[in-house]
Amino acid sequence: MADNDPNLVDLGFLDARIKLIDIAAFLDRLDRHGQADDYRVDALRKAFSELNSQEAGRAARVLDALSDHTEEPIEAAVIQGAFGAPLKTR
Amino acid sequence: MVSRTMDDYMALACAGCKAVNEPAFWAGFDRASAQGFYDYFRQITEYEPRRAAKFCIEHYCWLCINPKEAEDPGLAREVISLIPEFLKKPNVLGIGEIGLNKNSRNELMILEEHIQLAEDHGQLILVHTPHLEDKRKGTKLIIDALLNHPKLDPGRVIIDHVEEHTAPLVLDKGFWAGMTLYPESKVTPNRAIDMLEMYGCERVWMNSACDWGVSDPLSVPKAALEMRRRGYDDAFIDQIVYSNPAQFMGQSERFALK
Ligand SMILES: [Zn+2]
Repeated sequence: MADNDPNLVDLGFLDARIKLIDIAAFLDRLDRHGQADDYRVDALRKAFSELNSQEAGRAARVLDALSDHTEEPIEAAVIQGAFGAPLKTR
Repeated sequence: MVSRTMDDYMALACAGCKAVNEPAFWAGFDRASAQGFYDYFRQITEYEPRRAAKFCIEHYCWLCINPKEAEDPGLAREVISLIPEFLKKPNVLGIGEIGLNKNSRNELMILEEHIQLAEDHGQLILVHTPHLEDKRKGTKLIIDALLNHPKLDPGRVIIDHVEEHTAPLVLDKGFWAGMTLYPESKVTPNRAIDMLEMYGCERVWMNSACDWGVSDPLSVPKAALEMRRRGYDDAFIDQIVYSNPAQFMGQSERFALK
């Protein structure tokens, strides 16, 4: 699609490397402090399998794994924010 | 850009920005009464265009009570009743950003009433979709609510804050898709460009989040730089950052840039 294809590995590798190491360090940190048992961390771990997938659409599937899959509106909004992973996986 | 200083207008002007469009949104706190919204609507229809004009930038806006403050239907209806008077202002492009935040019954009911308001007044619609775990469900509920209005032209509705899992849902039904760029959370310039590669360049725009939180008015120019790094030419970049938004907003006779 782009006219003159640049090397996308050159452009993105270091950034991806940094993010991957950050995730590994995050998990180590939670273990050290005994805080790894959390529904959000569980959801993150479940989504990790997509990183090893050979199939296109990994980003969408990671987002789906971190999404609320219920379909009915909730009775009332008692908070305004969101947590990044659905509470019911707790 | 009520949450921003003039420095940001200056930076936008220097980056080549010709027009901004500002949705009515959350102020970082809940307003206590409809009067607070009345003043806010005056601010974005009267005062803000004058601030932008100092930097030769045209200012357009959208009106509504945003979904974060729509849980109280009494307040929401009072605010909605103020809107028709402001629709006469020359910089108003339509109703927005309406939508959902936590996907509650009241939010959905007020979304319905906003859609009806837009339909009754022949207005364009700008929709906000929920963030994080709520986005997938909220986007689906919003699409269903819009499709409940068979006379509504999906080409006159932009559904904002799409990500990889929701963009196809929006585009497949004929709506426009907005990709709001944030510097550190949500969609980054690279992911937005990836979405263009995956889902095409028709009926999509990019916009810079410019709110009270961590956000960067220059996100769109920075995404343009990223497109250039990735080998895209001027015509392609121009379509994404200028022609597409002008095409959507140009459906309102108020929008002067064509
Ligand atoms: Zn929004």
